[in-house]
Amino acid sequence: MVRGAVAAVAELSRELAATVSRPWTLMEVCGGQTHAIVRWGLDQLLPPGLRLIHGPGCPVCVTPVAVLDRALQLSRRPEVILCSYGDMLRVPDGAGADLLGARAAGADVRLLTSPLQALALAQQHPDRQVVFLAVGFETTAPATALLARQALAVGLPNLSLLPAHGRVVPAMARLLAEPGCGVQGFLAAGHVAAVTGTGELAALVAASGRPVVVAGFEPELLMRALLVAVRLLEAGTPLLVNAYGSVVREGGNPRARALLAEVFEPAPMTWRGVGAIAGGGFEFRGAYRRLDARHRFPAAAVPAAAVPAAAAPAAAVGSGCISGPILQGQALPADCPSFGTACTPEQPLGAPMVSSEGACAAYHRYRR
Amino acid sequence: MTERIRLAHGGGGTLMQQLIDRELRGLYRDPAQVLHDAARLELAHGRLAFSTDSYVVQPLEFPGGDIGSLAVTGTANDLAMAGARPLHLSVALILEEGLELALLRRVVASMAAAAQRCGMAVVTGDTKVVERGKGDGLFISTSGIGLVETHQPIDPLAIEPGDQLLVSGDLGRHGVAILAARHGLDLQPPLASDCAPLWPLVEGLLERGVVPHCLRDLTRGGLASALHELATARGVELLLEEAPIPVDAAVASTCALLGFDPLHLANEGRCVLVVAPRDLSACLEVLAPGGGAWIGEVGSASGGRVLLRTPFGSERLLLPLSGELLPRIC
Repeated sequence: MVRGAVAAVAELSRELAATVSRPWTLMEVCGGQTHAIVRWGLDQLLPPGLRLIHGPGCPVCVTPVAVLDRALQLSRRPEVILCSYGDMLRVPDGAGADLLGARAAGADVRLLTSPLQALALAQQHPDRQVVFLAVGFETTAPATALLARQALAVGLPNLSLLPAHGRVVPAMARLLAEPGCGVQGFLAAGHVAAVTGTGELAALVAASGRPVVVAGFEPELLMRALLVAVRLLEAGTPLLVNAYGSVVREGGNPRARALLAEVFEPAPMTWRGVGAIAGGGFEFRGAYRRLDARHRFPAAAVPAAAVPAAAAPAAAVGSGCISGPILQGQALPADCPSFGTACTPEQPLGAPMVSSEGACAAYHRYRR
Repeated sequence: MTERIRLAHGGGGTLMQQLIDRELRGLYRDPAQVLHDAARLELAHGRLAFSTDSYVVQPLEFPGGDIGSLAVTGTANDLAMAGARPLHLSVALILEEGLELALLRRVVASMAAAAQRCGMAVVTGDTKVVERGKGDGLFISTSGIGLVETHQPIDPLAIEPGDQLLVSGDLGRHGVAILAARHGLDLQPPLASDCAPLWPLVEGLLERGVVPHCLRDLTRGGLASALHELATARGVELLLEEAPIPVDAAVASTCALLGFDPLHLANEGRCVLVVAPRDLSACLEVLAPGGGAWIGEVGSASGGRVLLRTPFGSERLLLPLSGELLPRIC
């Protein structure tokens, strides 16, 4: 860490203390920001009246259970190579089963770091069906769109996708609509805005009357964004401010946006732990629909498990897991009776304990 | 045509004899020993250290090393951590049918070079071949014997409140090199593993009259897991300062990208040292050329945990790695 950042953070901490005149509650939306805040102990540097609550911006945490169950089901077909990103492989479904467990029981489950690796896999294994479980927000959706475009161009008959991409701003609006939501302003996810631009966020500010500050992930950037948000709240001026201008442009990334618009269309999505969100996800558009694994392998056609289902842990998800309220910012991980006892990263009851962006994992790693 | 390992190479017949004669004999200090069932060792009087480890790394070759250099250096380093000069090594190879002979040759040459760097002699060994699909190319198991060169035991139980904590060099290079190779990350320039013998460092300390209270090499789980083990074993609180912990900028930025903590990444040529306060300056002098640094001290004997103070003055727990390292999504 650069010495300059240390001095800057100390100065921002002093300015925050001098600015806050009454209690405020802010939500940082992105799980990466939550981890940075807990990892660097930034919340210990805030004045007593300023409360941070952690948002739902953890892609694997909110991936719908129905999609995960479909992935688990598909992984048990002997001809299928099921691939996804690392974190996703450890997320338990409603009964505690996960893809790494399916792999241990004989399924062919692979970890990818880039969607285009799925294309290479399909080319290497023409006799197998490669299914890519595509999760993430607008940050990873363009890479999935690129894969979809190339898959159609190459015309591979053995590659399909199980898309579960979420759209973040509709989820922020959904949280505000929740009765009892105490969020008075947002730190918006900088990497999402880098793709989408700030138009949707401006509309959210106008509709909700709450300030939104686009924030980065470094300690100094987070503290600066907090100071900007508190100044807006203190002044009673609900505005959109981009405090991550080095990366985020108003129009976002035009190429990525064009790619998203070509391949996907906004669709309702049920975020795990949050609920149904209008426009909360992406579905394939037009010709790309034929890449959807749900069309290629209709649920009814899935045979009785060719590979035995992995044994589920004794404790099923739901019993003693409050990941819903945690993802909605209504509870902290330490409020959960299972935190650190029945629920650990080794035996997670809920997705926020799995992901390197989940709030429970952050608290477990740095605070327990 | 590519020469490959066949099942018959492990069958005990002529093909196996050929494999030993042509490919493996050069590994031994005294090639005649290959013909016997057991090695006979001449050892000085004193206490011996004895350690064993198995190596299953993928990929088998990576920037800065391969499974062979790891298998030799890892066991040599385990001996060094007990204050023992590494001397004798056994090497057991489990080859998968279909393994390229050229790769085996490279790994064996790398083991021979690593043994020389570590001052060890390979004195006994074994080779088996398993059917294709029953192994991961090549597994290696090594055991080593060393001669303990200190009177006081170097041991977690010798740690005292007030002792000083140091690391021997920057952290996480091996972990990043392996993860990059495994996940096809094209780092430019590529980071090389830190795989290296630790005995020269320990010997340097002993020559200066510094007998560390404890040493621990930082392998899987990294600094965080090693310190957690020490804190728990001795029942002390370890107080770390984050700012002086050496991490190369390329390692730090790769970790930031993938969501890893450099303090959880594996190392193969780094150790943590626990020394009495009076030995701190001598220890730093020995460590300085290799990039070592002071990182904290041992607190009170009140339960085993590791506290880390961030550069911003906030505090957090440093917990061991849990589960396996998986790259995050975004």
